[in-house]
Amino acid sequence: MTLAALLSHWMRNKVQLAMLLAGLMLATALWSGVQALNAQARGAYATAAALMSEDGAASLVAPSGQMDQAVFAQLRGQGVLVSPVVEGRLRLGDTRLTLLGIEPLTAPQGTAAALADGDLQAFFAGAGFAHPETLADLGDPPLPLSPSSAVPVGTLLVDIGTAQRLLGMEGQISRLLLTGPAPRPLPEGLQLAQASEGAELAGLTDSFHLNLTAFGALAFAVGLFIVHSAVGLAFEQRRGLFRTLRSLGVPLRALTLALALELALMALVAGLAGLALGYVLAAALLPDVAATLRGLYGAPVPGSLQFSPAWALAGLGMAFAGAALAGAQALWRLWHMPVLAPAQPRAWAMATGRAMRWQVAGALGLGGLAVALALLGDGLFAGFALLAAALLAAALLTPPLLALGLRGASRLAQAPVVQWFWADSRQNLPRLSLALMALMLALAANIGVGTMVASFRATFIDWLDQRLVAEMTITPRDAAEAQTLEAFIAPRVQAVLPLRRVDATLVGQPGAVYAMRDHATFRDNWPLIAQVPNVWDRLATEEGALINEQLARRAGLWPGDSIALPGAGDVPILGVYPDYGNPLTQAIVTESWFDRLFPGTPTRQLAIRTDNPAGTRAALLDEFGLSAQAITDQAQAKQLSLAIFERTFLITGALNVLTLSVAALALFATLVTLSGLRLVQLAPLWAMGLTLRQLAGLELARALMLAGLTMVLALPVGLMLAQVLLAVINVQAFGWRLPLQVFPADWAQLALWAGLAMLAAAAWPAWRLWRGGGGPLLRVFAYER
Amino acid sequence: MTRLALEDIRKSFASAEGAVPVLQGVSLAVDGGEVVALTGESGSGKSTLLHIAAGLEAPDAGRVLVAGQDMASLPDAGRARLRRGTVGLVFQQFNLVPSLSVGANLAFQARLAGVHDPAFCADLAARLGLTEYLRRYPEQLSGGQQQRVAIGRALAAKPKVLLADEPTGNLDEATGDAVFVLMLELARAQGTALLLVTHSARLAGQCDRNLHLRAGRLA
Ligand SMILES: Nc1ncnc2c1ncn2[C@@H]1O[C@H](COP(=O)(O)OP(=O)(O)O)[C@@H](O)[C@H]1O
Ligand SMILES: [Mg+2]
Repeated sequence: MTLAALLSHWMRNKVQLAMLLAGLMLATALWSGVQALNAQARGAYATAAALMSEDGAASLVAPSGQMDQAVFAQLRGQGVLVSPVVEGRLRLGDTRLTLLGIEPLTAPQGTAAALADGDLQAFFAGAGFAHPETLADLGDPPLPLSPSSAVPVGTLLVDIGTAQRLLGMEGQISRLLLTGPAPRPLPEGLQLAQASEGAELAGLTDSFHLNLTAFGALAFAVGLFIVHSAVGLAFEQRRGLFRTLRSLGVPLRALTLALALELALMALVAGLAGLALGYVLAAALLPDVAATLRGLYGAPVPGSLQFSPAWALAGLGMAFAGAALAGAQALWRLWHMPVLAPAQPRAWAMATGRAMRWQVAGALGLGGLAVALALLGDGLFAGFALLAAALLAAALLTPPLLALGLRGASRLAQAPVVQWFWADSRQNLPRLSLALMALMLALAANIGVGTMVASFRATFIDWLDQRLVAEMTITPRDAAEAQTLEAFIAPRVQAVLPLRRVDATLVGQPGAVYAMRDHATFRDNWPLIAQVPNVWDRLATEEGALINEQLARRAGLWPGDSIALPGAGDVPILGVYPDYGNPLTQAIVTESWFDRLFPGTPTRQLAIRTDNPAGTRAALLDEFGLSAQAITDQAQAKQLSLAIFERTFLITGALNVLTLSVAALALFATLVTLSGLRLVQLAPLWAMGLTLRQLAGLELARALMLAGLTMVLALPVGLMLAQVLLAVINVQAFGWRLPLQVFPADWAQLALWAGLAMLAAAAWPAWRLWRGGGGPLLRVFAYER
Repeated sequence: MTRLALEDIRKSFASAEGAVPVLQGVSLAVDGGEVVALTGESGSGKSTLLHIAAGLEAPDAGRVLVAGQDMASLPDAGRARLRRGTVGLVFQQFNLVPSLSVGANLAFQARLAGVHDPAFCADLAARLGLTEYLRRYPEQLSGGQQQRVAIGRALAAKPKVLLADEPTGNLDEATGDAVFVLMLELARAQGTALLLVTHSARLAGQCDRNLHLRAGRLA
């Protein structure tokens, strides 16, 4: 009965109801969507970890990255529980894959799961397993493959013999997985490697997931703002009804319960809808997220989403918690409402002034915290806390700053309508401030992330030009072909620069050591961000090594320090080079030294310098008989790298559009709920001779003006955000630091978008005002209020 | 000289039971300097008639002549222009602009019409007893003060016609009487044609003429 009376309000205020449900739905959807993405990715890392071992199983490795397979038999003979693994990169057509060769009989249980329902006989005979998505990407694989979702995306699981054959590693293995305790002492020439790949990926990708979670939380909060304002407004409008019901004898307890029930009902409806939307959203974003994770960290994340009931329950719980949070104030006020109290006219000027002072105080406090974090903080979490504090401070400062600007403008205004325009905008600011804060945050996030990505792109393109100077690169099938190829092509071109590397653990982190030939190609082009004098001469004379920026920043090692290289002991660091897009650590030594340290390492690629790329290509194809697939020319390589780069930041584009949409929705919700109140403020002007068209036009102009001012405020905040991302977050997360560059054209475009979003939000109320024919305004004059 | 003339005004509103006639051929004329009271039961159509006279609402049939111009035949922009410079409106609910100070409210319509005269405005404020409140905001004034601002705002533009819809309806008797007397005095002094709606027979008695609206017609 009571509930029916309460609910009847919504029948008459359908837009309000729609806003409330939309806000709650959106909050639930974005939060649970992000959770689904995170869960999916973490699940994939766990798959990768499980395939190799039970959590944290160690392995035995040789400094050169390879060992003779006789070591395996020898250790098994001594009773040490080990299982051999062959690991390498394989290129099939355009797809790069990880080839993982195992020995099923000794492999740990995690690996066995992938084989559980497979045909072991066929496996020994050269068949393999791959994730269904990898299979779909491959099209026509050179070996029989069966689908298994226990294999990470981008990996082929094969028998160890098959792997040796495909990688040209006959008689060699990459490492020995320990399935029991490590032998004491360690066998001669072998080292213990602790890290398991899953844990590494989880660590590397933490920042990314923290990022996503922060975005989800932000969207959830904005959604709750929408719900809060809708609930609050409905409460104000139903004050009379509450009073009537109370005087009719409905006990306060029952009334409060009915209101809570109403809220719960809405949470259920909106929560379910939000879950459905969140699932769709996550499914739509997952390919971008997976591409980003693969591009940034090489993390194998499949692009199709799985449904989990626990996730659904958690999402529904968030919807209820959110509704309770947003409705708590209304319930509290109902509980404390006297039965027969007249509506108290509020002195808006004073109330607003007080609220603004609190906001400024809060902003200053948070700003202080941000400065403290910037000066004293360390690590990724401190970086994000710094960002959150600074953004929140900026958001809180937005309404007071806008008020200041509007006051100044109204002082300067001459014409009465213009004066009213500014004064009225200022008066309505408190009611709009939440939505404007959301817009400010969305714009700042867009500017910040956009600037970060664009700065990265600019730096990346320069860097590619410096790194990819070889006119072409050829990839031999195996070590033998590499030798004949080099002999064949060397007399025909200016230079052949072979690429050799061994996987290695550098300062406890996974990475590789590369060989570099002493050649002008590198001396003239190879970018360095820090170096000792005569770095190239000293590198050539085997005085030390170059390391990549990731390694330098993570380990805090710079020219003048030294680093332990496998087999070489402590080696002086001669220079540090940027190495964007690579999650792993790297060191470079000169070729002659490398060959002594790691004899027998096969050449993986040959970079070729030539004046005549077309002729060289023809010679390789026609005379040598190389397949066209084995040749990558410079343009192709650049294109490929750029394509990977663009894919890497797909997700940021999607998130930017989403945040802006959420802000636009918050604005729309606010403007629509305000439009009733606006009528009272606009009616006198209409009576005094402004046309409806002028009034509607002024409403639109006000919306645009506020969007414009918010954009102006968002600019410095966005640049600050970009600076923190580039100088703090990126360094912590990826290990590289980039210079900030500004792109005013992007800002203009964003301003255009903000204006459009604002127009979209303001268009409907303005249209109703214009086309309403004055009817709604007349009611202001005619009816009792 | 006739400042406001309504000729055979008809208006009905659509409702669930079909069109409900509210005004069924109303004609009246008000001269400059004349004060005419319009009375009638609640719901008899007084406000509707005033809204039509102000061009806020269009009649179904009939002519509205304001200072010789046919309001009903003008487009929206033309009606707005006429409201700006020629018609003053005072409502029961005051309807001040909440974001503007009392002083800005007082001068608003005159400035809008382009006839703002600071000296005249100051004089008006003094006569309405508002001089010390010019910097305040409408919310900070009492009802009587707010209605005086509304009257001053309408008169500052020196309108040819002043339309007032129950201007004292929200005020207590003493305040209402004082506001009423002031309005009559100022309107007469400016030679404005004043058509006002009131429920009070006592106040109607102080006007030059009384019109009574019943069943859609004037009696
Ligand atoms: N916009 C409207 N739509 C429908 N009916 C209306 C509208 N405006 C007024 N009415 C009806 O017209 C009649 C006259 O209203 P009104 O002019 O406000 O009366 P008064 O001012 O004399 O009390 C009333 O019955 C009212 O319900
Ligand atoms: Mg009325």
